[in-house]
Amino acid sequence: MISIYLKGDSWAHRTPAGIKLLSVALASLLLFQVASLWIFLPCLLAVVALYASLGREGLAQLKLLRGLTLFLAILLGLHWLSGTLMEGVAVVLRLVIMFLAANFVSVTTRLDDMLEAVRPLFLPLEWIGLSSRKPALGVALALRFAPHMMQVFSMLREAWQARTGSKTSWRLLAPFAVQSLRMSDNVAEALKARGGSEGLSGRAGNARSGSGFWR
Amino acid sequence: MTDRSLVHIAFYAALIAALGLVPPVAIPLTGGVPITAQTLGVMLAGVMLGPVRGGLAVLLFLFLVALGAPFLSGGRGGWGVFTTPSVGFLIGWPVGAFVAGWIMRATSDMNIFVATAVSAAIGGIVVVYAFGVPGVAIMAGLSLPKAALASVIYIPGDLVKVVLAALITQTVARGLPGAVLSRSSSGANDKMAD
Repeated sequence: MISIYLKGDSWAHRTPAGIKLLSVALASLLLFQVASLWIFLPCLLAVVALYASLGREGLAQLKLLRGLTLFLAILLGLHWLSGTLMEGVAVVLRLVIMFLAANFVSVTTRLDDMLEAVRPLFLPLEWIGLSSRKPALGVALALRFAPHMMQVFSMLREAWQARTGSKTSWRLLAPFAVQSLRMSDNVAEALKARGGSEGLSGRAGNARSGSGFWR
Repeated sequence: MTDRSLVHIAFYAALIAALGLVPPVAIPLTGGVPITAQTLGVMLAGVMLGPVRGGLAVLLFLFLVALGAPFLSGGRGGWGVFTTPSVGFLIGWPVGAFVAGWIMRATSDMNIFVATAVSAAIGGIVVVYAFGVPGVAIMAGLSLPKAALASVIYIPGDLVKVVLAALITQTVARGLPGAVLSRSSSGANDKMAD
């Protein structure tokens, strides 16, 4: 699984991606207008309730917050040092609410549906003569490249480990770059041989099948 | 934009993602602050691809993250990351890659190691922090100096990455000269692609 998407069929999963994205954007804008704990605390409860409505697995997604804790602690510390502790608490609460609300969309929306929902944003590309499907093809390509590159790197690392006994080294980065660049050249050739992105666009443009392989 | 360019852009977007999975290392040189390899990818995208493609590669990477791919270091991803205090740095990345690529092109008659180091330092550090520090200040409600103080611990790590970017680019220029697109004339490459 290469996404923070949580498989399921809850009410939130069935809500169209566009509506979820718009409501989170709106809610974030509103949150920036207020700075009162009495508004933030109910909001926090409401967001946690959203996760709870997905069941136990939904609540487990709150672990996504862990990556933020260190930063929030530093932030709180800085506010405490400058004597604005309460303001710091409000800021931290607002960040946590916004983060959880935004992640709720990612947790309940498949990446393909998200891509489909933001497709209209790329329509302006056609005014300058580019296909609005290129971003979708770019997404599909990058998602395919990423695991392959990790494989290349782990192979290099194993070889390095066998020779030196030490785990990893920056010395691996250059051969890694050269090897994976060669791979990208092969892909470019292969894409050209199959008619290029224009030839592919019928299929690649349809995000559902274009990047379906990694789901 | 040719298909070849699209593949290159996707390639560097994936490279930034892959570097995000390299576990953070704490080295004495950086005072024990863990550094991640991710911004190295941002520097490399600009330096290797040139301004436009480099900037687009970083944008594609951020687009993937926004769609929900957990590609930021520490397995972070999704819309949520654009609400955290580090959002300014994320916004600065594509601009930094653009500037790095632009300087790289402007210094094309300079020694490649020096040119890369200068480009990566200005694009990958100066520009990125110019966006990142105000971002921290706004999102965290801190004054600019305090926000800078909260960010400055990462500078030594970024300097290490500048050196790495220069070493890698130098090696690639030797082993696979065509891959340093910012140095080869892009017209020739486009012809090759079509």
